[in-house]
Amino acid sequence: MERVGVFVCHCGSNIGSVVDCAKVAEELRNYPNVVHSVDYKYMCSEPGQNLIKEAVKEHNLNRVVVCSCSPRMHENTFRACVAQAGLNPYMFEMANIREHCSWVHAGHNEEATAKAIDLAKMAVAKVCKNKELKKGHSPVTKRALVVGGGIAGIQAALDIANNGYQVDILERTPSIGGKMAQIDKTFPTIDCSACILTPRMVEASSHPNIKLITFAELEKVEGYVGNFDVTIRSKARSVDMSKCTGCGTCMTKCPGKADDEFNMNLQKRPAIYTPFPQAIPNKPVIDRESCLKFKSRKDGKDVCGICAKVCPAGAIDYEQEDEIFVEHYGAIVMATGYDQFDHSVYGEYGYGKYPDVISGLHFERLVNASGPTMGHIVRPSDHKEPKTVVMVKCVGSRDPEHGKSYCSRTCCMYSAKQATLIRDHCPDTKVYIFYMDVRTPGKGYDEFYNRTREEYGVEYIRGRVSKIYQDGEQLIVKGEDSLLGRPVEILADMVILADAMIPQNDAAKMAQIVGIGYDNDGWFTEAHAKLGPVETHTAGIFLAGACQGPKDIPDTVAQAGAAAVKVCGLLSKDQLETDPCTSEIDPALCAGCGHCVGVCPYKAISLETIEERKAGKTISRQVAKVNASLCQGCGACTVTCRSSAANLNHFTNAQILAEVDALCQTIL
Amino acid sequence: MTLQEMQNQELRDELFLRSQVDVTKCYQCGKCTAGCPVAEHMDYGPRQVMRMAQMGLVEEAMKTKAIWLCATCETCSTRCPKGVEVAKVMETLRIMAKERGYIAEKNIDKFNNIYNTIVKSLGRMYEPGLIVSRNVATGHLFQDTSYGIPYLAKQKLNLVPHKPKNSEEIKSIFAKAAAMDEAERGNR
Repeated sequence: MERVGVFVCHCGSNIGSVVDCAKVAEELRNYPNVVHSVDYKYMCSEPGQNLIKEAVKEHNLNRVVVCSCSPRMHENTFRACVAQAGLNPYMFEMANIREHCSWVHAGHNEEATAKAIDLAKMAVAKVCKNKELKKGHSPVTKRALVVGGGIAGIQAALDIANNGYQVDILERTPSIGGKMAQIDKTFPTIDCSACILTPRMVEASSHPNIKLITFAELEKVEGYVGNFDVTIRSKARSVDMSKCTGCGTCMTKCPGKADDEFNMNLQKRPAIYTPFPQAIPNKPVIDRESCLKFKSRKDGKDVCGICAKVCPAGAIDYEQEDEIFVEHYGAIVMATGYDQFDHSVYGEYGYGKYPDVISGLHFERLVNASGPTMGHIVRPSDHKEPKTVVMVKCVGSRDPEHGKSYCSRTCCMYSAKQATLIRDHCPDTKVYIFYMDVRTPGKGYDEFYNRTREEYGVEYIRGRVSKIYQDGEQLIVKGEDSLLGRPVEILADMVILADAMIPQNDAAKMAQIVGIGYDNDGWFTEAHAKLGPVETHTAGIFLAGACQGPKDIPDTVAQAGAAAVKVCGLLSKDQLETDPCTSEIDPALCAGCGHCVGVCPYKAISLETIEERKAGKTISRQVAKVNASLCQGCGACTVTCRSSAANLNHFTNAQILAEVDALCQTIL
Repeated sequence: MTLQEMQNQELRDELFLRSQVDVTKCYQCGKCTAGCPVAEHMDYGPRQVMRMAQMGLVEEAMKTKAIWLCATCETCSTRCPKGVEVAKVMETLRIMAKERGYIAEKNIDKFNNIYNTIVKSLGRMYEPGLIVSRNVATGHLFQDTSYGIPYLAKQKLNLVPHKPKNSEEIKSIFAKAAAMDEAERGNR
């Protein structure tokens, strides 16, 4: 026998000033199955909750309806309240008479009251069909995967490992280190980037809880929070890691040549290489695209093989193949980083063809002591020291027509940093910076920018550069000094374009593989812009660093630490509670069409074969089955199912129809 | 002409040396122009003059009318968030401009000259003398004369110059300032 209690909340004046709450309570008192109905100023307050608890005892209620705000606001509050009163928390329903009624119908008090009564009746009709539900449990694999071995990944892995959990770093390139390894100095303190990064790299590689999986790709992610099965492709290094001692003889003897990506193609590297001297692991790989042996094999020949001949450890293995294996993890941190915008889309800046018009990362390699010029700032074209350098900010940023609409956040500071480096290295060189705005929201950032202008004598000109063209050996940069309101032309020896930060080119594909969201630009989306900045919409997958959006090193490290805490919180549990509001499929009704499998966004439904006896014979047929741990309760399967075999617990077809019936009865 | 050709480092250095104001500190927020009581009559606002100065376009700054219209009320200097003494820069530019014969507002310059001459010789301001001399010098003989009668009636103006005590000391202040100016020029 259903005994429903209805509690109508005024929410101060939020509801009370529009809806006649006393009238709603009175109307509901006469509705079938309702044995108790009252209104109160603040239902969520302690006295309000006590009102519910006492009523449950006094009137022997077994179901509760609260007419108040959105369930997003207080559903958990009232479920806990009902549970404390001794009922199953799912024997409770909420009628949203605030967001769905009083707030949107202000000034129409009578109609709003009528609508509130309808909403309350629907909730009563539904709660009468509610069933007692229990939260489920799923186990947790106490091990994490960090995808990406830049500073974000390294930091997240170290923080997880230092909390006592096993963690693997999956890195696509031959070495961990990421973009930070390419950078010369870091703002606003001008510490040497490598000097602060390499100790962390070493710590990660020697940590007993961390395993590095370098030169490997993420192929597939299956499973769910606490229980991910990750398929990894370890690319063929052509070097036996167990034998190689990292002596580097092979690299010095290799006759193959390829563009040195780490040095932004400013020089060549051998075909067997480590990306940079402090690489970890410091063992080379063969780049099969540029290796003479592998190239000649395509033509049916087999030449070179010098590296194998000179290797004292016999570690070179030309026959090595990609290895694919599956690992199990409880949580995943995405730390795949960013890429640099390609300014060659700008014809007015020379389509990327002028050798002395370079990008910010190019400059980092030029000024780095281990870079191609040993840290001497010279023009790439003739290796002469530039006497005038022009820097252009917002290249590709804040340009929705040709680039990206967003601000890349780091360019203002790295341009200021690079300008001070130029003035330090070459005191006679003049530096001009064209900008639209100077954005320096960080600790010590604005002070740094002001020093750049006042102490380093860097001249800032407000305006976007409209044209760069070659004039003999020099470049002419045309812009406007919009503060004076007149065009300016600068004769420059070198131009540095502060290219925007963009997502990795395969970020969208990567997001699809792991099953997380991404925005129009390709940045991974966080669960909530303010309150869930490191979580994703997929439970158990977290974000760290610039894969979520443009970010500098301090913010990246902070976010990596935050992601690590979330991972540790998850891994610290022996079991995870699962929401019982998941879908169920009745095998007796299921026709095995598989439509639900296709629409499920969480890969929670699969087809399985069952055996049953029919007309005295055992037959086997396919039916859909829901993995309750994966199911997020979206209900897509229930509306797709043609035979109504799929039913979402707590939102069953019977419950929804009861609500519709209740509404139709009041209209008739 | 490229920006480098227009920029004059020597003049920029001279401006700094003589004003002792570092114009690179200015971040062009415009608070000086916003608070300036005469900005609406200027060809360039104080912010733009500061921009010219910091960009090394000092020659151009010296040719503006703005530096002559500046009343040296120092509202700009007082309110500047970066502590830049804008009025001091204006004054220095005025001095430098005058030395080079760039006088964009001749009548204001004449007014200043007459003012200085009177204070130097009498020890304090003598308004009727200033008005007559200025109107004769500028050729605007009857400008503002309508104010004269009521001012005289209310004894706001005195036809007889008032000579303060120790006016000789004021002369010595002028002499000392001239000597300092000479010395500073010699140092350069």
